[in-house]
Amino acid sequence: MPFSEETLTRLKADAAEITGKYPRARSALLPLLYLVQAEEGYVSDDGMTFCAEVLGITQTEVRGVATFYTMYKHEPAAEYQIGVCTNTTCAIMGGDQIYAELAEHIAGGAGHDEAEHGDALGGTSDHGDIKSADGKVAVERLECNAACDYAPVVMVNWEFFDNQTPRSAKQLVDDLRAGADVRPTRGPSRLCTWKQANRILAGFGDGQATDGPSAGPASLVGLKLAKERGWTAPAADSGGSSSQADKEPS
Amino acid sequence: MTDTLTPVLTANWDQPDSFTLAGYSRTGGYKALPKALAMEPDDVIATVKNAVLRGRGGAGFPTGVKWSFIPQNDGKPHYLTVNADESEPGTCKDIPLMMANPHVLIEGIIITCYAIRASHAFIYVRGEVLHVIRRLQYAVAQAYEAGYLGKDILGTGFDLELVVHAGAGAYICGEETALLTSLEGYRGLPRNRPPFPAVEGLYASPTVINNVESISSVPSIIVNSAQWFAGLGTEKSKGFGIFSLSGHVKNPGQYEAPLGITLRELIDLAGGMLRPGHPLKFWTPGGSSTPLLTHEHLDIPLDFEGVGAAGSMLGTRALQIFDDTTCVLRAALRWTEFYQHESCGKCTPCREGTYWLVRAVQRLEDGEGTEEDLETILDVSDNIVGRAFCALGDAAPVPITSAMKYFKDEIILHQKNGGCPFDPAASTAWAV
Repeated sequence: MPFSEETLTRLKADAAEITGKYPRARSALLPLLYLVQAEEGYVSDDGMTFCAEVLGITQTEVRGVATFYTMYKHEPAAEYQIGVCTNTTCAIMGGDQIYAELAEHIAGGAGHDEAEHGDALGGTSDHGDIKSADGKVAVERLECNAACDYAPVVMVNWEFFDNQTPRSAKQLVDDLRAGADVRPTRGPSRLCTWKQANRILAGFGDGQATDGPSAGPASLVGLKLAKERGWTAPAADSGGSSSQADKEPS
Repeated sequence: MTDTLTPVLTANWDQPDSFTLAGYSRTGGYKALPKALAMEPDDVIATVKNAVLRGRGGAGFPTGVKWSFIPQNDGKPHYLTVNADESEPGTCKDIPLMMANPHVLIEGIIITCYAIRASHAFIYVRGEVLHVIRRLQYAVAQAYEAGYLGKDILGTGFDLELVVHAGAGAYICGEETALLTSLEGYRGLPRNRPPFPAVEGLYASPTVINNVESISSVPSIIVNSAQWFAGLGTEKSKGFGIFSLSGHVKNPGQYEAPLGITLRELIDLAGGMLRPGHPLKFWTPGGSSTPLLTHEHLDIPLDFEGVGAAGSMLGTRALQIFDDTTCVLRAALRWTEFYQHESCGKCTPCREGTYWLVRAVQRLEDGEGTEEDLETILDVSDNIVGRAFCALGDAAPVPITSAMKYFKDEIILHQKNGGCPFDPAASTAWAV
């Protein structure tokens, strides 16, 4: 359904803010696609037409870009998109088992093959979604999400859920479906919805940047060890060697 | 003697407000900025050159030299684009850096833009890390409020606009020319070089593209001196870097050390291997694109030359560590599938070659492989490497060809066994 006049007015104001950041408006296409995905939960034909009109390009040009990038959905997404990293390190550390158990858990009796399925390719190249019947959650495979020191990693709406097990991941799904309070390991105190996440990706903050820790435990292992052992980078004038006098007390 | 670990970029990560302007400033942040802005731009470039800071995104090209390629007085706008698209399997240093310490990156960006005479900069950050994007957006807003970004920075007449730009899930956009094409609003396809980005980059204007950690290393060089930085590390690989340990070690995580530390030292710092009785089998020195190494290489210095001499590459210091419960073919297959999934499709050798590689490696893992498959893999590999448009293709055969180099017996065992002899359950984090 085309956007209402009211929605269009609001989207146009947001779009103007986005395009204004770039020396050339076309650079704003990726954030504009996030903007329309934030509105509808996926990139619809109407969403692509909107982007095309803002930038003065054809809808086909927009589609060519939208279909290249995996973070744009082409059918309505779940409220909570769950991604299990199954790239090598996470897979070996247990990500394969987590994905298999979650897929079964979400698909229920329907089984993996009969569950509502996205753009499936088969095998481990299958990055399509398996969505729950109530549309609340969907699970997909992810490539490396740059949190290998917290393997195996699960993402929900692009927030980190570190060091997962099959049991913790299934509990996470149950909590999301029940509407219980769910907190990312390194992230805000409140998990936002898929649509809200896309608005942040479009460039509009949600005021939760200061929530959560500066760094997770694995990010701090080296620093902690250095402090315990009194190791520091050399002082400025010591030309590469550090002496006891240069060190700050830990 | 320099200490074993030398926290610089990671030094404030344990502070609860390290990601705020106040937190960063309290631990010495934004001291380099006024110092740099009082220098001539060319002197800033010379300082970074003299420090011999080499690119931390994998290739190791000297950062200051890259900056000096930007033509001056050419009448064109200049751009800085920070490559924050960290997606190389195993690589996990820039994401925690930007989450905990985004201001060190921003301070580095301002100094770099001043040096190369750019008035517009972009942080191209991968989209799949929402909280990191929040922190970057917040830190940039704070830097504007403080007068570190915007017009007439610190009253010097220098102007700079900085945009946080979220990617949308494409590994190829970590390749610098694909990144630029993506930032211009197109499919992220790589471009031919030359012309190099320093001459025709973003919007066909001179552009510097640097990794997050490279740019973040700049403030400490300005504050402490080029000699200070060059005094760390090894003869040709100067300074410090973040080493990211993952996989089968007791305490995986981030260890910031001078270049040249060894894996033996790092595993020791990480509390040893995960399970008693299960020794190191294979590892990547710098992500999935760097050839696998084994226990034979525990004592090589982890610098550009040392890892190169061992037949691999330092890459991003993404040390993925696997013990003897792990099937090397399973690992290589998954990485091969990754390259197939992420191949952009622009050039035939990579698009078709990755497809056929996956099929051949799958047969090996299933125990259905033949001698012919091994030959096919090498043949396909020869037809990709050096013939593909960009480094993604060159990297695609690396996991399987390096696995074949060290673990031929294991491949034969799969054939004899009629399947994989390993139990995947035995290598999980929760296996005893």
